[in-house]
Amino acid sequence: MTDQETGRKGDRGLGEKSGGPPPSCECSPECCGWTVAQGKAESYIRESEHWIERRIETPAGPIPVVRTRLSRQDILGKVKARFGIGRMNYKVKPGLYAIGKASPDSPILVSANYKLSFDCLRRELSGLDAWILVLDTKGINVWCAAGKGTFGTEELVHRIEDSGLTRVVSHRTLILPQLGAPGVAAHEVTRHTHFKVIYGPVRAADIKAFLAAGLEATPEMRLVTFKLMDRVALTAIELISPFKYLVILTAVLWILNLLGLHLLSWKGWYPYLGAILIGGFIVPILLPWIPGRIFAWKGWLLGVLWATFVNIQQGLLPPTPASWERAAANFLLLPAISAFLAMGFTGSSTYTSLSGVLKEMRYAVPAILASVSIGLVFLAVVLIRGL
Amino acid sequence: MKEYLHLKNVTTLSYDPDKCTGCGMCAEVCPHAIFYLEDKKARIRDRDLCMECGACSRNCPFAAISVRPGVGCAWGILLSELKGREAPSCG
Repeated sequence: MTDQETGRKGDRGLGEKSGGPPPSCECSPECCGWTVAQGKAESYIRESEHWIERRIETPAGPIPVVRTRLSRQDILGKVKARFGIGRMNYKVKPGLYAIGKASPDSPILVSANYKLSFDCLRRELSGLDAWILVLDTKGINVWCAAGKGTFGTEELVHRIEDSGLTRVVSHRTLILPQLGAPGVAAHEVTRHTHFKVIYGPVRAADIKAFLAAGLEATPEMRLVTFKLMDRVALTAIELISPFKYLVILTAVLWILNLLGLHLLSWKGWYPYLGAILIGGFIVPILLPWIPGRIFAWKGWLLGVLWATFVNIQQGLLPPTPASWERAAANFLLLPAISAFLAMGFTGSSTYTSLSGVLKEMRYAVPAILASVSIGLVFLAVVLIRGL
Repeated sequence: MKEYLHLKNVTTLSYDPDKCTGCGMCAEVCPHAIFYLEDKKARIRDRDLCMECGACSRNCPFAAISVRPGVGCAWGILLSELKGREAPSCG
């Protein structure tokens, strides 16, 4: 059996279950993007929130029982987080939660305290009786938190003690999301707490099947994929920063326009909007089908096609002595923008390594910088001549 | 699987079969199914699919696997370069 076969089969097997929830769970191994967590005061989604159904008494005190149906508020919160609104403060209070009629025999599932990760898990647990142990990952999803070590051995050991888990359950088995494994050493957790760690499936959607199979994961459940819907879901957050800069730049140029310095025009503006959309949206969507493996290259390639289209559409091609500088500026600037943004999508992808991205950047970053620098010189020439 | 291949011959993954006891933890945690068990030893299917998450080395009780873990994220790397941090991480 070759790896190719297993991979493809896995893909198809998962795709067939398309009646289920979309794969856009925040349980995918994406990088957290470029929004940097601020050192804000601790604040959590209030415990009295709509997603808590009631409380059950346990030897470790009252434990909130959470709903397995997401409400409109939960979904609104998810959309907001996807677009980066309040994304870094969308947290659940760490500790123990119950699902259904959790009893001392019920399985324990460990989660991050990013509300999307938590929601993603609980909505897959309808009809089950289980415990959820939420770790303090500073509101970051399992994969990223595992990379940082906040979803880690130390926090897990601490949370087991802090929550009084041993008084609540009679067994000693924890189920962790497989994507938490980079942060947790299972054997060390066992050494410290006598809890056995079993890694569950990558996707929360497979948890029911995993539990039903007696804590056995199929090979497909262990594989990380990066399908169309996963990529689409991640483009929103990729586009926010470039759009912010575009808006600021446009505003500045517009004010200059009002002051009589006419640098802003639709003809000069839409090519850049297009270059951003190509790098931040089209490349992620077409990722597996664009030739080549280097992300920046993929962006550059489509960027060149876009620049060619723009140049032809604006009558700059074939070049004339009056137009060649504008055409050159487009060819140097637009593909570079697309390449840069496409390179950024390495962070959202689920298969690039640090070594791989470092190598890509070693070639791509100097090339992009050179292209932009020369392009800006041409643009300056064009603009000065136009004044 | 090849569609999830970025660049070849870059990974820092290394594995010492002499230390391996065949416990299978690496095969359990690897998100790209790089390890499989054969004759009570872990074997590597395709090193180039490694994304250097570090799950295998952290969960190997016998220190048979080593990898420099990190995020394959261009923004993370740029930010850490700009801030002069050692290890790039997301956010």
